[in-house]
Order: sequence, then structure tokens, then C-alpha cells
Amino acid sequence: MSESAIRIAALLPDVLGTYSDRGNVTVLSQRARWRGLQVEETVVLAGSTPPVDCDLYLLGGGEDAAQQYAAEWFRDHRQLGATLAERATTLAICAGLQVLGEWMQDSSGTRTAGAGILPLTTTAGTKRAVGEVVSECGMPGVGLLTGFENHMGRTTLAAGVAPLGRTLSGVGNGGADGGGDGVLTSTVVGTYMHGPVLARNPALADALLQTVTGEPLPPLDLPDQEAVRRIRLGDGAAARPRRGRLGAARRS
Amino acid sequence: MAATAIGPRTAVAVRAGRMAGALSRKVGLGAGAIIAGRVALRLDGQALSRLAAGRRVVLVSGTNGKTTTSHMTAAALRTAAPVAHNDTGANMPDGALAALMEQPDAPLAVIEVDELHLGAVADAVHPAAVVLLNLSRDQLDRGTEVHAVARSLAAALRRHPDTLVVANADDPVVVGAVQPSHRVVWVAAGMSWLADAGGCPRCGRRLETGVGPWRCTNCGMTRPTPTWGLDEGAVRHPGGRTEVRLTLPGRFNLGNAAFAMAAADALGVPPDAAATAIAGLGSIAGRYGVHRRGPHELRLMLAKNPAGWAETLPLLADARAVLLVVNAREADGRDTSWLWDVPFEQLPDGAAVAVAGERAADVGLRLSYADVSHATEPDPLAALALLPPGQVQVVANYTAFLSIRRRLATEEAA
Ligand SMILES: [Zn+2]
Repeated sequence: MSESAIRIAALLPDVLGTYSDRGNVTVLSQRARWRGLQVEETVVLAGSTPPVDCDLYLLGGGEDAAQQYAAEWFRDHRQLGATLAERATTLAICAGLQVLGEWMQDSSGTRTAGAGILPLTTTAGTKRAVGEVVSECGMPGVGLLTGFENHMGRTTLAAGVAPLGRTLSGVGNGGADGGGDGVLTSTVVGTYMHGPVLARNPALADALLQTVTGEPLPPLDLPDQEAVRRIRLGDGAAARPRRGRLGAARRS
Repeated sequence: MAATAIGPRTAVAVRAGRMAGALSRKVGLGAGAIIAGRVALRLDGQALSRLAAGRRVVLVSGTNGKTTTSHMTAAALRTAAPVAHNDTGANMPDGALAALMEQPDAPLAVIEVDELHLGAVADAVHPAAVVLLNLSRDQLDRGTEVHAVARSLAAALRRHPDTLVVANADDPVVVGAVQPSHRVVWVAAGMSWLADAGGCPRCGRRLETGVGPWRCTNCGMTRPTPTWGLDEGAVRHPGGRTEVRLTLPGRFNLGNAAFAMAAADALGVPPDAAATAIAGLGSIAGRYGVHRRGPHELRLMLAKNPAGWAETLPLLADARAVLLVVNAREADGRDTSWLWDVPFEQLPDGAAVAVAGERAADVGLRLSYADVSHATEPDPLAALALLPPGQVQVVANYTAFLSIRRRLATEEAA
């Protein structure tokens, strides 16, 4: 494999992957390949030692027991945690977002320590948040995000930490700190928009790729893409990504 | 014999229910089964248990294959005695009741039951056997996760320790729901979809799947030893090996046949007789039905969830033209994320592909990422017109399937 290939790792798809999260790997890889970039995909199963030299890491959603297992797995692989916190770019979805936090508490009140990479905590809500979500993304140039959420978690971000987007409809984090979905740090994009969030939001996919390439990617016109966004967002939904690092990470 | 002990109140309820059913059929509201059952249930909450009294009842449940397997089981049992059967796929308690009302004298009954209603129906009918096919995600956006369904099934089975359970050894979630106290016939029917197993049903840790029987790397829970299984167009069973010449396509239908034969065997119908009866089944509740329309010959297939799609795609290996139709209504599940778990990359290279339905664009986008070129046209019959003449394999999810059938039937009647 060439030195310059983009290395994408799907973390624990055998444990977390309830909501078709593998689609995001497909989307990132294809969008890179269509631009003539080389991609190396790695699947990191629970029994293996995770590589710490990948460029992009993806972590998906799952049920309670799976989530506790994943949290423990991260605590067993500290070096990976440091990589996600400091160097690589990570997309963490739903349970994956919660697992990377400080702790999560299930409906019975049992608290499980998370990986401690993200300054956020999660408790169980009383009502499942199920349905379409729209948010206005905090990353420059990404625009509106559309996704589907299905979770009990209520996530609260630490003071000064920015959500990935300001929620326009749907629940998102649903935490005490108000109307945001997910989290945006200098290395991690987290969201409750599960499944193929990158398929619905190609600008977000390209923004993630650009943290690796460091330069803007040529535009890509896929049939059906515009219709998929228009159905959820109405007209004026399109947005082109611009180059740049992940976040303006801090809220003013 | 059957159903002799119906009390006067139940008799009234049944009569009222039948009238409502006939009325609904007359005014074109549908097959009438559900409304007939609902009226009777309202008049007499005990109707289901009274109508089931004295009969030997087989319940068929699971995420995929319920309708087909219940048809197969009913066909097999009919070689022995008359069978009441909710053959339209009305699989809630009212559908069960309607089937028993239709055939008050049948000594046997085969009832397809929705997974979440298995407990209520089992409590009423005290089944001789319960067939548990598989458990995977059907409509997750309704908030029922796979393991929650498994827990409710486990609770239902616990209340019926004398019932024989015919269960899929290859599905860890099913195995987790079956109680150690049960008499179980394990069937290795295969499992093309392990994505929802998630982890060990006992301890939540990772399952080793891949080659050979599944096994938990932590607590050691492993696939039970099956006594029934599949073997190249045949079903293996404790008595040997029986060839099954299915009219219905696909390995999963052979798996369904194995469950039906195992259930029939438990009620005294030998595998050879069951296999012959099952082989005679063609279209089931409209599935696999063939329709001619202009230059096209359509074969209709239903795939309700990702596991169903994963099982259906191999049937398209030789297809020259394919139409995929997806809606996202309440009955389908509003979330289309599952499209990304289905290996559409398997669609045959040479086939002409069109996508349709209310979520045509989502399917189209998924196909683009799978490098499958396609035409996108939300109206299924307009999409059909974009395909070359000849055979077209149509795969649709629930409401899309019903809507295509209705439109074809309307055209055929005109
Ligand atoms: Zn285990």
C-alpha cells in the first residue's frame, strides 16, 4: 500500500454497528477514490489490537451491553485513546459518541466510565428520541446537516465545548446545555445522526477527508444526492465544503 | 375433536365477527380477517382461548419467513387433518382469532404471530409447538430493539414450559430467548444476517461467527447441536435426509421448509409427506407471484427489512432486469439507514437496474456508492417502463409491495 494512502479504520463494527454505520466508511472511501486518492480500509474487531497510525477512525451505535463493552475496550487500549484525542480525525455516532465521553448512566442508574476522550456525560432519558434531525453545522462551509436519530441518551457537554450543530428540529443531545446535536472538538466529530450520516451530508464527509488531505477536494456531483437532501431539507439545502481544520471548537 | 366447547357468549361473538368480516369483504375494505377478529375480540376477550380449546396449535414467529413457513406448516399438517390458518398474514391476535373462526371444526391450527404478540396469543391458545425462525431488526425506529424483543419472547416462553420449541440454532438471539427448561428441536437453518446479533445473548461480549458454529469468546455460550439442517436441496433430520423440490426460490425458503417439516414431524406428520405437500406451494400471499404487463414479465418479491434484502439479493444473480422499490411509511419503518447494510454490490453486473418508491433517491444514492448504475423514477410502473422487455425481478418493501400488487390487480381487472 502506498505511503500516501488515506487510512480509514472502522472501530468495533462487531460490537457497535446497529444502525448501518458501516455506510460511512463506504462513503468516505468512495469519495476519496473518485478524486483519485488511494484508500486503505481497516476493520478493527474487538479481539484485535487497534492500529494507532490511521488517519480517520469511525465508531458507530449500539445497545447498552455493547456500549459498556466498548467503553471497557477503550480503557484497555489507552494509546488508541490518545490518538483519537490528539492526532487523528474521528467520527463518533450515537453510542460511539457516548462511549468516548466521561461516563454514561443507563436507565437503572448504573454509571459506566467512558473512554474520557470527550468532555461530555450521558444519562438515560425517559422517552426515546426517534425521528429526523436537522442541525446547522458549526464547521465552516458545511451548512445544514440531515439525519435520523434513535436513542435514549441525553448528552450534556462540558462548559465551553461546542456541539457539532445547532439543532433546528429533532432532539439531538437533549442535554441540560440546550439545543445542540453532537460534539465538535479539534479532532472529533460526534453526532446522534446515526447510520449513513455522511451519505446524507457529503459536505461533512468531504470536510473529514480534507482534515487528512489538507487541501480542498474537487466537487463531486452524484445522481440522487440532491433529491435525498431536498426531501429532508426542502430547497436551498446544498452546501459546498471548504478547506480547513475540524472545528472552531469553542463556543463564544 | 375440536372446538366443541364454545360457550353461548363466544358463539354470539363469533357470529357477529363473521358478519363484520363478510360486510368488510363486500364493501372492499380488504380480506376482512382483521376486522372480523377485532369485532369478536371486543365482544368476548376470551374468544381466542375458547376457540383454540381442544385444538393442537402451532405458532410461527420470528422476523422473517413467518408467512411462508406458516403456509408450509399448514400444507404439511393438512395431509393429516383439516387446519385453521391465518393465511393472509394478519398476524396480530385478531388475525389469529379470525382464522379460528373461519374453521371452527379444524382440529389443528397454524397461526403466524407477530413477535411482540407471541406472549398474548400463546397465553390464550396454549400451543403444542412454537416455531422461532430468527430475530433481527424490523422497524427499529419504533423503538423496539432486537434484544428487547428477545426478552419479551423469553418471558412468553417461560409461561409455557410444556410447549415444544422449534428454534433456529444459528441465530444467537433466538437461542438466548429459549429457556433451558424447554423441550427444543434445534434447526440449523442458516443465518445470512448476523449484524443484529450484536453480541452474546448471555453476557453481551463478542461472538465468534465466521466459519463453523458461533461461539462466545467470553462465557463460552455456543450454538446448540441441531438435529435438523439443510443439505443441498434436502432437509436433514433425525430419521435421515429428505429431498424437497421447492417451487419457491432460495436457500432461506429451504430453511423455512426445514422448520415447517420439524414442526409437522412433532405433530405426527413424517418428513416425506410434509416435503411433498410443501413442494406444491407456489406463490404465497402474493409473494413470488408472476404478472404480465406489456412487454414485461414481473416476478414480485417482498423484502421487509435488511435481513430480508440480504436473503433476496442472491435470487437476483441471473437477473437481466431488476426493479427495487422502497417506501418509508410507518409500516415500513421511517428510517432508511438499513439500505447501507444491504450488500447491493452483489447486484449482477449485466443487469439493467431501476429504483422506485417514495425513497427512490435514497436507494439510488446507495447504488451509486455501490458502483451500480441505475435509473431513478419514484413511480414504480413508470420505472418499469425504463427497463428492457422480458423478465423483471421486482423487490419491494412492505407498503411498496402492497401498492404494486394493488396497481397490477387494478390494471389486470380493467
Ligand atoms: Zn457470552
